[in-house]
Amino acid sequence: MSKLTRLEQELRAGRLSRRDFLQAATVLGFGAVAPTILSRPTFAAPNKGGKFTAGIGHGSTTDSLDPGTYENDFTIGTSFARFNFLTEIDANDELIGELAESWEASPDAKVWTFKLRSGIEFHNGQTMTAQDVVNSFNHHRGEESTSAAKPIVAPISDITTDGDNVVIFTLEDGNADFPFLVSDYHIPIIPTKDGALDWASGIGTGPYVMQSYEPGVRMTFTRNPNYWKEGRAHFDETEMIVIADVAARTNALNTGEIDLMDRCDIKTLHLLQRNQNVVVEEISGNGHYTIPMRTKLAPFDDNNIRMALKFALDREALLETVLSGHGAVGNDHPIGRGQRYFASELEQRTYDPDQAKYYLKQAGLDTIEVDLSTSDAAFAGAVDAAQLYKEHAAAAGITINVRREPADGYWSDVWNNDNRGWCFSYWGGRPTEDWMFATAYAEGAEWNESDWSNARFNELMTMARSELDEAKRREMYVEMQTICSNDCGSVVPLFNNYIHATTTKVAHEENMSSNWANDGHRYFERWWFA
Amino acid sequence: MLIQRLSLGLLTLFVVSVIIFLAVGMLPGDAAQAMLGQAATEETVAALRARMGLDQPAPVRYFHWLMGILQGDFGQSIANGREISELIGGRFANTIFLAVFAAVISVPLALLLGILAALYRNSIYDRTVNVVTLSSISTPEFFVAYILILFISVQWGLFPSLANVGPTTPFLERLDKTFLPALTLTLVVVAHMMRMTRAAIINLLASPYIEMANLKGISKRKIITHHALPNAWAPIINVIVLNLAYLIVGVVVVEVVFVYPGLGQLLVDSVQRRDLPVVQACCLIFAATYVLLNLTADILSILTNPRLLHPK
Repeated sequence: MSKLTRLEQELRAGRLSRRDFLQAATVLGFGAVAPTILSRPTFAAPNKGGKFTAGIGHGSTTDSLDPGTYENDFTIGTSFARFNFLTEIDANDELIGELAESWEASPDAKVWTFKLRSGIEFHNGQTMTAQDVVNSFNHHRGEESTSAAKPIVAPISDITTDGDNVVIFTLEDGNADFPFLVSDYHIPIIPTKDGALDWASGIGTGPYVMQSYEPGVRMTFTRNPNYWKEGRAHFDETEMIVIADVAARTNALNTGEIDLMDRCDIKTLHLLQRNQNVVVEEISGNGHYTIPMRTKLAPFDDNNIRMALKFALDREALLETVLSGHGAVGNDHPIGRGQRYFASELEQRTYDPDQAKYYLKQAGLDTIEVDLSTSDAAFAGAVDAAQLYKEHAAAAGITINVRREPADGYWSDVWNNDNRGWCFSYWGGRPTEDWMFATAYAEGAEWNESDWSNARFNELMTMARSELDEAKRREMYVEMQTICSNDCGSVVPLFNNYIHATTTKVAHEENMSSNWANDGHRYFERWWFA
Repeated sequence: MLIQRLSLGLLTLFVVSVIIFLAVGMLPGDAAQAMLGQAATEETVAALRARMGLDQPAPVRYFHWLMGILQGDFGQSIANGREISELIGGRFANTIFLAVFAAVISVPLALLLGILAALYRNSIYDRTVNVVTLSSISTPEFFVAYILILFISVQWGLFPSLANVGPTTPFLERLDKTFLPALTLTLVVVAHMMRMTRAAIINLLASPYIEMANLKGISKRKIITHHALPNAWAPIINVIVLNLAYLIVGVVVVEVVFVYPGLGQLLVDSVQRRDLPVVQACCLIFAATYVLLNLTADILSILTNPRLLHPK
């Protein structure tokens, strides 16, 4: 392919702005013909048709269709392919209504009224009603619920309907972010059959209709002919294949057997980029790695020790080695740079053995020896990261004993319990500050992985949640990030980019959402063949 | 004789089932925890455990399971509630298909190469075949697979790198898609069978009756095919059957590299998710495959050499 054709494809695919295209074309010596390319009408509307195949690294034979069990990129992807939600995080990371047309809150943010779009049909022709919404939420609520979304719906004390198109949620405490929470992939709106939620049929109101499903192998779809959204769902057919092995995924993309691969191998990324028919794309999201210390266990119960360890890590070196630069350094709190209330004024923590020594002194120590549990189950490269940490910390008189744990059983026996004082972990990131803090940093939260409790932090969290004034909210979240950075048990060394690759014929709008990988997992709905 | 072997086989299966059950029970964590992954809270895990019957003691669970199997009911996957027979059925057929495909290529090839190697032993041909097959067996199979993919699929575009078959894939397309995995397996198993054929024949060539045939002036080729080979079948059959069993139970790596939906991948997934009934069913099927194939090997050996019926 000539360089100009490639540029043109980049432009059509929305990966290159018109200005960049003109510049690049001029550099290549095609300045004269470039404007004619720009004037071609094909850029205007996305093309319809074709069969799009995605090769996804997650997915297991034990997966179920029950949305309460969705926890991997495959099942999450099928959720966005088949279903709609009350709200959506769009390609610009803005919250927009999906099945909900509009919503409003009571002044204390406790009562939320959602007005639904009318006349929307499920794949089987049944019309969606407010009762379906209530049932879809109730599926995750209650004592008996085994849903992974239980913590999200737990604060809902009551759901009622007002006619066929209005649903009213009453919360135990005010929550200004509630409309964000209902965009969660666990809570799609599913039809009701004989009084029970009919998740087993796989039917929803979404862009694609499930045709066949073999857990751990594939799901196939056809376009929903009655899809209610304008300008979405361009492919005629789609298929999602589980390809667990990253080399197999890369091969399949190289040979054109799939159009999208997720989770590219960072170590061989530069080789993949050489292929002229492949485009590698990165999204800097909120996903991050953490190294939580159990703050109730010695020696981590002393904040001086925690601070010493936070200063004893060279994050930049870690970024270069573990992620080959595909990410950003973290500042010991879980809020990403792209989030609404990210504390840009907070100074970035750097590698400083002297500071680490100072904090050790404060704790009355000259040297210290600690165990650090690690496994590549936490994230690819966690074992390497632990070794690097050990090297860095040695300069501050800190001896880290790296303990390699088996990947099998890592999440039950090592992470988030008092068997181990210090280990590695990762988070997919959450679209709102409150969601992230409440999940992993609030006192008493199930996944408070460092077993941290800070009275001021918890107080601020409750206040900020129901605060509807933007400026005041921002102030509170900045303070929370500061407290987190200076007191919490988690070292947050890195934010990782989501990296996927597609064939050059795949196109999408200029931006992609960063709430999840692969354009918020809405690739089937949003992308098209150029 | 046959009945004795059959009952020994059944006993083996029973012992294997107990071992599988105990071994699986020793794995850390359980299905409820593995299913919810990092997203598990104590509360949800407890609720799920109760729903799955995981709170009952192990002997009770074993007994229920064994009774079910005897009635032909493997039970349901505790991870997604699907019938295990349905879950395993299609995948077992895929595994058998790939094994048969690989066997159809590799067994005749190995025999031919082995006989020729015995015929022209110590020639350049013999050495080349030995070096090539031994190299391919000594290379890890995923590496063989990647090399094949690199050249045959990525560079030359002859065959697809994904063995992405479904229940509705037509036969010819299925052959096309599974060609690379079958070729990989062929490269892995040929050496063993080829060397055994060669060794068994060469071993016999030193016997007095072969010497006699030589003295009679029979051609070398005829000596091997008519006199040596019939007596060499027993060890060759044993090795072939052993490799057939390997083609069925040992191909997880090949399945992963080629994304082939076989039984091995199901077993690995199920172990990771602590889906014990599925793990047990898979292991039992694998054990049964071994027992059955060994039985076949015994019978075939006896057929080719009736003397084995009357041990000294």
